[in-house]
Amino acid sequence: MNPFHLSHFTATSCLGHGLDAHQTALRDQRGGLIPCQFETVRDLDTHIGEVTGVDTVKLPEALAEYDCRNNRLAWLGLHQDGFMAAVDAAMTRHGRRRVAVLLGTSTAGILQSEQAYRRRDPVTGVLPADFIYRTTHNAYSVADFVRKVFKLEGPAAVVSTACSSSAKVFASATRMMEAGLIDAAIVGGVDSLCLTTLYGFNSLELLSATPCQPFDVDRSGISIGEAAAFILLERPASSLNSDSILLLGAGESSDAYHMSSPHPDGLGAQMAMAGALQAANVQAGDIDYINLHGTATPSNDAAEGKAVATLFGDRVPCSSTKGATGHTLGAAGGLEAIIGALALQHGFLPGGVNTRTIDPNIPIQYLNANRDTAPQRVLSNSFGFGGTNCSLVLGRAG
Amino acid sequence: MTTPNTILTAWIEGVGLLGPGLPDWPTGQIILSGDTAYAPTPITAPPPQGLPPAERRRAGVSVKVALAVAQEAIAMGQLDARQLSTVFASSGADGDNCDAICAVLASDDRHISPTRFHNSVHNAPAGYWGIASGAMTPATVLCVYDDGFGAGLLEALTQVSVEGRTALLIAYDSPYPEPLNAKRPMPDAMGIALALTSQQSPQSLAQIQISLTDTEPDVLANPALETLRLAIPAARGLPLLQALARKQISKVVLDYLEPLRLAVNIKPCR
Repeated sequence: MNPFHLSHFTATSCLGHGLDAHQTALRDQRGGLIPCQFETVRDLDTHIGEVTGVDTVKLPEALAEYDCRNNRLAWLGLHQDGFMAAVDAAMTRHGRRRVAVLLGTSTAGILQSEQAYRRRDPVTGVLPADFIYRTTHNAYSVADFVRKVFKLEGPAAVVSTACSSSAKVFASATRMMEAGLIDAAIVGGVDSLCLTTLYGFNSLELLSATPCQPFDVDRSGISIGEAAAFILLERPASSLNSDSILLLGAGESSDAYHMSSPHPDGLGAQMAMAGALQAANVQAGDIDYINLHGTATPSNDAAEGKAVATLFGDRVPCSSTKGATGHTLGAAGGLEAIIGALALQHGFLPGGVNTRTIDPNIPIQYLNANRDTAPQRVLSNSFGFGGTNCSLVLGRAG
Repeated sequence: MTTPNTILTAWIEGVGLLGPGLPDWPTGQIILSGDTAYAPTPITAPPPQGLPPAERRRAGVSVKVALAVAQEAIAMGQLDARQLSTVFASSGADGDNCDAICAVLASDDRHISPTRFHNSVHNAPAGYWGIASGAMTPATVLCVYDDGFGAGLLEALTQVSVEGRTALLIAYDSPYPEPLNAKRPMPDAMGIALALTSQQSPQSLAQIQISLTDTEPDVLANPALETLRLAIPAARGLPLLQALARKQISKVVLDYLEPLRLAVNIKPCR
């Protein structure tokens, strides 16, 4: 495929609001996971990656019907790093109908329904009048919200494929641009803490009591996080600065194996990575760093490790940044693409935090300390429930 | 600002249909072409084919509807499911499952079942489809509230025209029970599937060409069918199915995101 330019991007997670906070935390190998005291949750022995300041966000009156934790997080994220101005400039360049909004989320504003069910009428069971489904709970609400924030009139969609959602939006956006339907797209994802995922992963016995330890021999599950990651994707201008970041390839596949367990040999993951390399027209040896999906469950990391080892051996430095951010689910693909972009721009490989004893049975080159080396190309993996896989190849322009 | 009017082209190889009073595409074709009266009787979702017993037991209504229409379209087009990429489009995840989870989370015992949780993801039908079909090809799953059919058709056409893939669009919806149904009313479940290729084959039913427009969307002349079109997001695709049923060169305009619509030019192959 033709390369596309990540002309502007921003991330908000438990590491902080905006890119500087992320770069500083990654440089310092500082994680953001804290013991779970989210909402009314007091009975889960787990850590979470909670974004500070979401509760105090106030949406403008005209967008009040969108008020929920997910859209507040989106609003907070949009206001970092000059992203609003970058989108405004893109609209001026291309026109309102030529800028798409393609975002990933897994649970959107479902917390709103979870809370509304507590306020059901005790006699009739009816939900409270102030609860609005369309603009909060429904998965599309976050793309609708962002489209309304910018008064955009172009194509839009939410991709909701669990934890690969905000990686797959890159692929959809490039197809729309290649087809000539649009000139730019706001891609990325927003996913926020809710009870469904906390108690759901608990039911699968996949929550770690300690801050999650990807690829550690003692890894025992995930820590759930939340994030807003936004990227403005455009065709590259004729001349770019050498530190401009390009999307070089995307690869998508399905496991066709099980709803909540990965293929044990990571067959689908291999296909996604190989597809991304092929789309980028590069070889495995051209990749300088892999940001692993690395959720820190025993089976996920083992399967991904096998897949990476099959394609790359132990030659490529790899890490999962979920020890720092938690697993931000539907926002993970976007957030980790941005972490890859930071590594490319600022010339360092982020070591995974919390991982003390790297699992000796996984034959990959796992980094648990930062490395000061300037990568030219990075691969980012995102896999999810339902056996959905997506890998992205990003590179420097020069 | 003037913009090039992009036209995307594909051939329809197969159709799947399941909705109230529309038990399959052959029956739907007769009703939509106006030869038989339409009555919106409740759907019967068949047990999903191709799933191992455990997965078959766990499958909810949306999985059953999505798999039924997908399999009908593939059989009609004589296609190999393992070669097709898929575009699923749905307004919501499984409604009954979501209600059950919200009810448990609002109770004193918040223990939800693992099956409930993995069935709660929006892409559950895509996951079950992979298991049933063995397809390791890309599957994407969209949500665009009421406009999923148009959005899914556009995504599928970009896959066909840009990447030369054969793509299967599966638009499906299932209602929530109360109390959510009062906030998001939907009378029944429904699904439409279209198998789309980049080149004409002996199986091709029609060529379609789609572009963005802002003319008003087509409505269905039959009041009961028009009620259905407006009541279930997947049914927004019915004007296209009606044009296919009538086997005439025609143009329909489908709902898409305000202020855009999709203009679809249909040219029958036989």
